[in-house]
Amino acid sequence: MIFYLLRRIVYTIPIMIGVAFFCFLLVHISPGDPLVSILPPDASIELQKQLMRLYGFDRPWYEQFATWFWRALNGDLGTSIASGRPVATEVMRAVGNTLMLSCMATLIGFLFGGLFGFVAGYFRDSWVDRVASAFSVLGVSVPHYWLGMVLVIIFSSWLMWLPATGAGPGGSGEWAWDWAHIQFMVLPAITMSVIPMGIIARTVRALVADILAQEFVVGLRAKGLTDLGIFLHVVKNAAPTALAVMGLQLGYLLGGSILIETVFSWPGTGFLLNSAIFQRDLPLLQGTILVLATFFVVLNLLVDVLQTTLDPRIQRS
Amino acid sequence: MNASTDSAAKEAIVSVRDLHVTFTAGKKPVEAVNGVDLQVARGETVALIGESGSGKSVTLRSLLRLHPARHTRIEGRIEVAGANVLSMGSRALADYRGRVASMIFQEPLLALDPVYTVGAQIIESIRRHENISTADARKRALELFERVRIPSPERRLDAYPHEMSGGMRQRAMIALALACRPQVLLADEPTTALDATVQIQILLLLRELQRELGLAIVFVTHDMGAAVEVADRFAVMYAGRIVEEGPTREVIRNPRHPYTLALMQARADGAMEKGARLASIPGAPPDLAHLPMGCAFAERCTFAQPACLQTRPDAVELGGDHRARCLRTDATIQFGRPRMERPAIPA
Repeated sequence: MIFYLLRRIVYTIPIMIGVAFFCFLLVHISPGDPLVSILPPDASIELQKQLMRLYGFDRPWYEQFATWFWRALNGDLGTSIASGRPVATEVMRAVGNTLMLSCMATLIGFLFGGLFGFVAGYFRDSWVDRVASAFSVLGVSVPHYWLGMVLVIIFSSWLMWLPATGAGPGGSGEWAWDWAHIQFMVLPAITMSVIPMGIIARTVRALVADILAQEFVVGLRAKGLTDLGIFLHVVKNAAPTALAVMGLQLGYLLGGSILIETVFSWPGTGFLLNSAIFQRDLPLLQGTILVLATFFVVLNLLVDVLQTTLDPRIQRS
Repeated sequence: MNASTDSAAKEAIVSVRDLHVTFTAGKKPVEAVNGVDLQVARGETVALIGESGSGKSVTLRSLLRLHPARHTRIEGRIEVAGANVLSMGSRALADYRGRVASMIFQEPLLALDPVYTVGAQIIESIRRHENISTADARKRALELFERVRIPSPERRLDAYPHEMSGGMRQRAMIALALACRPQVLLADEPTTALDATVQIQILLLLRELQRELGLAIVFVTHDMGAAVEVADRFAVMYAGRIVEEGPTREVIRNPRHPYTLALMQARADGAMEKGARLASIPGAPPDLAHLPMGCAFAERCTFAQPACLQTRPDAVELGGDHRARCLRTDATIQFGRPRMERPAIPA
């Protein structure tokens, strides 16, 4: 087990280097001058060159990459051009907010998606299945920013039950687990949970149907297990795949929530990425992407490890 | 001295009367079993023999009511150890399964839950039916593993099904089936998925356990050789009915139903010469959704007469607890007796 873990961790190193390289290159070849936003329109060529040298944009790209990567390894992601604050600080704060939001959303999505999926898989082709399947298709296909706006209109404008935007009275910096703060999370979390809910429901439905069709379920019945006993076996068989899908969904939510975070002005990585792109803030952009990619890799690693402990067949083959 | 009175005197632990099983999932109902009568005495082994689709497995699974209730109609009467299986409620049924009658499957790799160790599955079964601690249940599982002769049983209890060899898995499956000391063991082609040398070992093990524990075994197979090894009695099935039934020796020596006769001829006996044709039964089994009015085998039968197409034949008593559902038992009598002299069926 320990060897397996070590091996998996070692495998992530080349992946991380590749990811870092790609996100550096991607940003590098995209059009637009990063200094445009901080230079006055009438800046002289002299000043432009001076700033280029200061930020290191005048050196060849591989040198830039090497320096950037080395510093990144030491925890220094550079300075944001727009705000002048260290990128690492900005990103980590945003990551905290996004993590909170996406964990909450994944949890909601997993609970309801799992529930729908199990019910649909158990009562396949019944009306319950059709309702649950319709819900999950709706969840996957409805544009979530639109859903977010609709929820805001209903719950914030009409009913005035919940705040529409932001992350609480203290701004983006201070978070506390009390209702004054949590109420800000409710709408974005529900909006966001709709995506994993649909996907998890469909995955679990297929899984459960597949497991129930297997011979060992007949075997379990033949030894006298009740429906509840068999259900527990089905859950344990479905868990590895369901968890893997959930992990990947969490990964997507960590980085893929630009639209939702923008709709709700939630100060997370999506929101940060959005502003970094519009302000051509290269260091901030690169840093954010790198951190998100790292999350993805670590998350995948965690899911894999969790899967091995749940499904013995993966571990030793 | 008479085998017939002998077996009738013994108490029948499994009694099936006029069993009909119809699957209703498709467009047309499929009559997988139509009119099976079967008695198994305590301590007796009966082999249900037939080709794929003859209804032998369906009959076996009906004894535990394992078919999905929604798409299956079971009619007739099934009594096991004095209890009426078809009238049980779901709780009583679950208590009966595994405790009174249990089952071993053709492919243990598929029939065991892949994400639990075999030990855990046996312990689960014991604790489902008996109120004992996990430690005691594990002790019993260990004894069972020793009994079915699994080497280093302590270690094997913690193995997952995929970590064992085919023969070992089937032994574990047998241990699982015997965990709650059932009176009836239902074996659904337990040796089909194993290679030849392992097959023999498993068959010997089954026979030994049957004698030691006084089990009644219903053994489903299409392999005559395997059936001869373990069975006291043969019941040959075709198109959902038992066409011939009798003591093993009697049926082997003196097969009287043309189908049984054809099955015997179809066996590749010993080494075949290169290029020699494998004897086979011409035609295919009937479509169970459109069963013919008369004898289901008539179309493929060498001895068929017009009458065979008109009525479903009743059982003809042939003496010595041997009976066949055939109108032409007069024609098949000449093929019985010493094996070497048996003439080939006229084509």
